[in-house]
Formats: sequence, structure tokens, C-alpha cells
Amino acid sequence: MSDTYTLTMDDPIETSLLDTSAQGLIGKGLDRVDGPKKVSGQATYSAEYSFENGCYGFLVRAPFAVGRITKIDTQAAKALPGVIDVVTDFDRFIRNSAQGAVKSAPVQGVRDVAYFGEPVAIVVAEGYEQARDAASLVRIEHEAGSGNFDFAEAIADADIPPDGAAPATHDQGDLDKAMGDADATVDEVWTTPSQNSAAMEPHASVALWNDDGLTLYGSYQMPSFDRPSLADALGLETEQVRIITPYIGGGFGSKLGIAPESVAAAIASKQIGRPVKTVMTRQQVFDATVRRSNTRQRVRLAAGKDGKLTGIGHETHCSNLPDEVFFEPAGIATHFLYGGEHRRITHAIARLNRVLSGSMRAPGEAAGMLALECAMDELAERLGIDPVELRKINDCKRDPEKDIPYSSRSFTECLDEGAKRFGWDKRNRTPGKMREGEWLIGHGMSGSARGNQLQPSEARVVLRPDGSAIVETDMTDIGTGTYTILSQIAGELLGLPIDRVDVRLGDNRFPPGSGSGGSFGAGSSGSSVYLACEDIRRKLATAMDCEPSDLTLKDGEAIAANRRVSLSDIMSGEIEATGRIEPGDQGDEVRQAGHGAHFCAVRVNAVTGEVRIDRWTAVFAAGRILNEKTATSQCLGGVVFGIGAALTEELVHDPRNGKVVNRDLAEYHVPVHADVPHVDIRFLPERDTHANPLHAKGIGELGIAGAGAAVANAIANATGARVRDYPLTLDKLLDSLPPV
Amino acid sequence: MAWERKVGKAMHFTINGKNYDADPDIRTSLLDLLREHLNLTGSKKGCDHGQCGACTVLVNGRRINSCLTLAVMHQDDEITTIEGIGTPDNLAPLQAAFVKHDGFQCGYCTPGQICSATGMLNEAKQGWPSHVSERLEGDVELTDDEIRERMSGNLCRCSAYPNIVDAIREVAEEPA
Repeated sequence: MSDTYTLTMDDPIETSLLDTSAQGLIGKGLDRVDGPKKVSGQATYSAEYSFENGCYGFLVRAPFAVGRITKIDTQAAKALPGVIDVVTDFDRFIRNSAQGAVKSAPVQGVRDVAYFGEPVAIVVAEGYEQARDAASLVRIEHEAGSGNFDFAEAIADADIPPDGAAPATHDQGDLDKAMGDADATVDEVWTTPSQNSAAMEPHASVALWNDDGLTLYGSYQMPSFDRPSLADALGLETEQVRIITPYIGGGFGSKLGIAPESVAAAIASKQIGRPVKTVMTRQQVFDATVRRSNTRQRVRLAAGKDGKLTGIGHETHCSNLPDEVFFEPAGIATHFLYGGEHRRITHAIARLNRVLSGSMRAPGEAAGMLALECAMDELAERLGIDPVELRKINDCKRDPEKDIPYSSRSFTECLDEGAKRFGWDKRNRTPGKMREGEWLIGHGMSGSARGNQLQPSEARVVLRPDGSAIVETDMTDIGTGTYTILSQIAGELLGLPIDRVDVRLGDNRFPPGSGSGGSFGAGSSGSSVYLACEDIRRKLATAMDCEPSDLTLKDGEAIAANRRVSLSDIMSGEIEATGRIEPGDQGDEVRQAGHGAHFCAVRVNAVTGEVRIDRWTAVFAAGRILNEKTATSQCLGGVVFGIGAALTEELVHDPRNGKVVNRDLAEYHVPVHADVPHVDIRFLPERDTHANPLHAKGIGELGIAGAGAAVANAIANATGARVRDYPLTLDKLLDSLPPV
Repeated sequence: MAWERKVGKAMHFTINGKNYDADPDIRTSLLDLLREHLNLTGSKKGCDHGQCGACTVLVNGRRINSCLTLAVMHQDDEITTIEGIGTPDNLAPLQAAFVKHDGFQCGYCTPGQICSATGMLNEAKQGWPSHVSERLEGDVELTDDEIRERMSGNLCRCSAYPNIVDAIREVAEEPA
């Protein structure tokens, strides 16, 4: 065992070893190291682990929204061939999925049903089809309770939650007065619907027990949190649970915390003494995991003739189940994106009996900037100022609320570069006036921002005398590129070609990583690998009898003071080091965020209202880019999520019982190939010494921030009318189209 | 035939050129036969309703959603899954192009995208028109819009779409 080398980010790290090392792996658009496995079907996802004597579990769900179960009749189900048992545990089954970064059990207890489709039992059978059919025969009797299903009504009784990812409320100055004194104002309400992450891999758990406890092959983004959370739910010690999740078929927030199938599979497996595989159906994922909350957002902007904001208000409501404290932090970017002395940013939760709401890609920015960035566009129109110019006028040097500096901020530079690449000067300047045949043409833009975070993260690195290295952490790769960037960082700092680094992820046997969420994965887990490698470099320097700063490592050789030797010459055995990064004062002393700008061209059919996206340019600055190829893909994915949010994505809840009506991929419309044009994505060079030793900021969510607003602004530019109720489906545009 | 039908196994399939015998439940989809009975887990289940395309395989040369067809309907059929297209050490041109162009992120839809693209390129070669084709007859020119249209049955939530189109175009343009 090695000591842990820990760095707490209390001070900026002025010099990064990534700038002085010699292997040349950082920043380049290298192919994913896990690519060959993924394109050949050899990457193994949770449901793909099979064990001798294994059997299948299928969740049974409440066919009502609110009430108390009086009886579960399993007779007919148990009579079917192959059925082993019908298992429930009214105390320990999960009612609500866990939120992200929580180490305790989520809300448990399923005798009481709080939303339609709540999982209450599990059928276990020899075959999948047998379990599925039997589940349909389980009869559930209940006493009906009363619930709340109407968002507009529930807003009247909304409560202010404790602070979350953003402060629940912030008041500064006198916004009402600023609105009264302003030369130009905007005061409008935007609404956004519930959404689903719709990761392509449904939630899945394979549970098996041995003398040490439970092993769960589960599709989870944050194993170092999910492990204690699952242990707590089952009444076990943390060490008695091991989660294994080397490949995850997308998460986007939906797999941050444990979902109902994990505990159900674990309890059933324990009870029958066999491994149990439980994969949620797509419908179950929609009904019973987690959604992004719908929101109602009032945005107020007050500005002088010069475009300078004097006041900014963002008062938001979201919905969640009773007693859940998570709120959609829709005003999160409004706190720091633009200046303005008088400010009011609030969040309140309307209590509804709908499936849990929680984090989905860029919680806060994704929904909030759909309102804020359209409000800015409307203000620009009223002032007669170019929307790009208006944003530049309101760019800040210091955080307008905390009066602290930004760690790094290239917002204006992104706006300028994006405008140039897109050809913004050739845009349609008169809304509703550019037409080609039956298509109305529009151009729109928006600013982008996403807060940067650091989480505790640990990794172990072993350097071998043969010039190879192993990196181990229970960090995950959910498609983000973790395997690749950790290989690059270790290879760079230890002077090894990338194929000499073996990165092993997603297993609680490894040191606890940050997990994937909040765009903090690369910065946090990357820093832990950096620190472990830094420790190894020190030991190698001692062996070379030089200062660490005088040591160069390249291609398996150590170079110092005119000496060049292979690692095997100075290593008597393996060198192992564990690195750990901790957030510190830098989280409070500076405002950390990535910034960017979106530009897009759309066509709106003058007859049908159909919207097509023709062209997209996005420019971002997010500190050091570790791998240009995977970083570009992250931002591309965010942009396309934004296109979905703008145009098609909406979970429709039945007003009678909150049930998700469109609970499959034919009815919940995520963008498809035909919806997405070529997307031009560029990064500006930037370094962030306050973020972490890598000088990199998160990018997994930056791409979605503001993206949908750019589409909405382009549609307004094409049609000359503003629709503020997302998604902007064609039925909502018909009234603003010219006469046929 | 070189293979022997095993006692008690009612069905035979040729998958990736190999012979398989199985006795699936009559309700078992072709996808579940592959994943749960034959340990061919490269084909993915994303929706089980033919809505996402992650389960796309080639049956007798044509791409289909393997979740939408029952295993018992495929006696003696020739089936190609991602495992039969190429291996990590010997990638097919499409697979290599997906890696080069980063045509995936989480990788879950990827086998379906690649099987679908394999079938699609063949359809185009045979002159099949699509919804966006200008003519119903004659050679198909695989423009980006044609590729997008023909691949729209394969969802990618990570949204690697433009990179997938780049990968497919590169392979389509290679001399046969």
C-alpha cells in the first residue's frame, strides 16, 4: 500500500505539469481507447453479465397514482410455469430513485404509493418471458389516496426549498424600482416541460450474494456514492456492497443515484439464493426513474438605452414529489452570466404526484437558459441592439453578486469568434422577412455558461519497470471519454505511449472516484491521476538523483542531467501511488464556469410550421481541452440535447393521475439523424489555474446550456413571433405564420 | 450439412457463419435469443419496441430490428450480428471509421448503428430509394441527407449523429 498524496484546491496551481511534460498526448484529438471494443460489441454493459443458476426479475408496478396497498395477490402469477417467486419488501423497496451524490438511502417504503407506476414488487422466474408475463398477472389492491396533479394549482402552495446547487433565493437591491426606471424592459413568462434523459441503455442490475455481501452489476454513474446508498437501503455496511460498472450506456443524470431495480434485484436475489438480473423496460424507465422537472419561469430585465442591464429577475417554479428537496436550479447561470445591480433569483417547488424530478444534463442551465437567453434576445430587439453586442455590453469582470473574480472567462471572445465563423453579419435582420420558397429563414444565437465544479476523487497508479502503467479508480465512463483522458494524463506524466496505460474503472474495489455528474468527472478524476503520477515522478527523480522539475519522462525513458535511462534501469520493482484531489477555498474565492456562444440557422415551413435546423456554430472556452475529439463530441451531444429541448422533447403527464402518457421512444421525441445538421464546434485556448492542476473545466454540460434558446431565437427571427412555451412544436407556430 | 442437430433442440440458426441450436420460448424475441441464450450480447436492447434501432442485425442480408421478431420465425436463417462484422483486432472498415470519426460516445447504440449502416449501404448499392430521394429509379447518390434519412431509425442519445454520417460517408466513398 502507498500513502495517499492529497491536494486541496485552496490556492491556484500556477504551473501544470501538463505544460512541461514531453510525451505529447494532451489536447490532441486521439481516438477513444475503448473504441475498438465498443464498435465490435465487446464492451460489456450491466445486463450482459450472466451467472450460473441466474434467473430473471421483472418489476411489478402500482397501476394507480396515490394510495395505500392493502393486498398483493400473487396466486395467478405464481401458478405460471417457471415462476420462482413474487418478492416484495414494503419497508426496503425504493419508492423514489436516489438523487445524485447522496450516500444515504433514498425514500424507501412502497406500501404507500406516491406516483403512477411506482415499483412495488418483483417477479422472479427462470426465463425473462415468464417473469414478464407473470408480472402482468399480479393483482394489487389498494385504498385510494388523494394527490396533486395540476402544476398551476400546486404553484399556489409552492415551498422554498433549502439551498441546493444554487441558492434557493437571492435578493439584491430593488428590482421593481429598476424595472420602473429602465429605458427598456422585458417581463415575460416561459414554460418548459418535464423531460427524460432517455439514455439508450435502460437501468439494469444483476445482483448476486456471497459470504462477503452483495455484488451488483449496475448501470450507475457514481459508484462511490451509490455503494453506501445501496448499502444503507439494504441495511448493510458499505464494505458489504460492491458495484461493478465498467461500461454505462449513457446516463445524463438518470443514473446518478440508485434506482428501484437495484434494491428489488438485491432483495429478491437474497431471498431465493440465486443471481437475479433485472432490466427495466423503456416504459419503466420513463415511469419510475427520474425526470427533469417542468418549470415556469418569469424573467425580468431592466436596461438603459446603452443596453447595460440595471436589473435582472429570474423567478422560477418547478415540481417534485412531497418531501423531496431537489429543485431545478433554473436561475443558476443567471447569478453570474450578466451584470446588473438589482437582482432577484428565486426557486420554489410545487408539490406534485409525478415521478421524481432530479438532475438531467445541466440541471439549471438547460432549462433556465431557455428563458434567460430568449429574454436577452427580446431585450436586444426592443433596444435595437445586435443580440451579440447586447451580451458583450453585459459581460462582467467580476461576479455581480459575490464581487469575486472569475477564475477565467472568455465569454466575449466566444461571442466574437462564433459570430465570425457563422457569418452573423449576413443574418436576417428583420424578423419574418427572409423567405425561400415555402420556407421562412431565421438566424438566432445565445450565450452559454455552465458552472465548474470539483469533487473529491481518488485514483491509484502503478508504474511497472517494463514501462507500462495501470490506473484504477471507481470513476466511470458514461460515454464522456474517461478511459481515454485518464490514459492520456497518465501517459503524459509518466512518459508512456497511450497504449502502455491500462485504465480500469467502475469497480468499488478501486479507490473512490468522483463519479460522472455535473461535468466534474474529467477535472476531478483527472486530477487524482495527475497527483498519483506526480508522486511517482518524485520517486523517479530520487532514483535519478535530480529534482522532480528537472526530470523528463518520455517513451519509457527517464532523462535528467544529460542522463537517459530506461525505466527498468532505475526501478527495482513497481512504484505505486494514490492521488486524491479535494475541493478547497478556490470554490469560493473565484467564480468558476465554462462559457460559450451558439449560432444557428433554421427554416420554418410557412404552411405547416415545421422547423428544420440548417446550420450550427458553437464556440466554447472551458480551460484546457484534454482531448479535442472527445471534447467536441461532448459539446455536440449537448447541442443536440438543446435541439430536442427546443423542438420536440416533452413528457406529457395525464392531468388525472400524473402518469407519463408518452412513455416510449416513439412518443417521446429525441432528435434523430435527420434532425441534426453538420455542427461546427470550436474551442478557444484557455487555462484555468483555479479549477484544478489540469487547468481544465467541465464540458459535458456546457454544450446544452443556451442551445435551445438559440433555436427559439432563430424561429422568432424567421416568423416574427415569440412562442415562450417549450417545446416549440409546429402547432404553436401556426398562428404566427403568414396567410397561405 | 456439417453440423448435427442436437437432441431436444428444436431450432437451428446460422449466426456469423457459425451453427447454433436452441430451444427458445415461443415468446423469445430474436434479440433475447442472441443476448440471453447465445451470449451474443453485442446487439443491444434500448426499447424492445422497434423504436431505437440498438438491436439492429442483418437477417439473410437485410437489416431488421431483432426485438421486433420472434426467434421461432428464423429457423435456418443466416444472421449477422456486430460480433460477425469485425473484432477489436480486426475491425471492418465501418467500425474503424466510427472510431476515427468518434461516431459514438457511450457505445450502446453503436452495434445497431454499424449493422444498420452495413445494411443501408447495400440497399443504396441496389438502388433502393428513400423518402428524400429525388427519383425512385436509377443509382442512389448517398448525399448526407440520404444517409441521415436512411439512418434515422437508429437513435443515438449521446448524439454522435454528424460523426456517424462522416464515418458512413467515408466508407461509402471508398472504391468497392
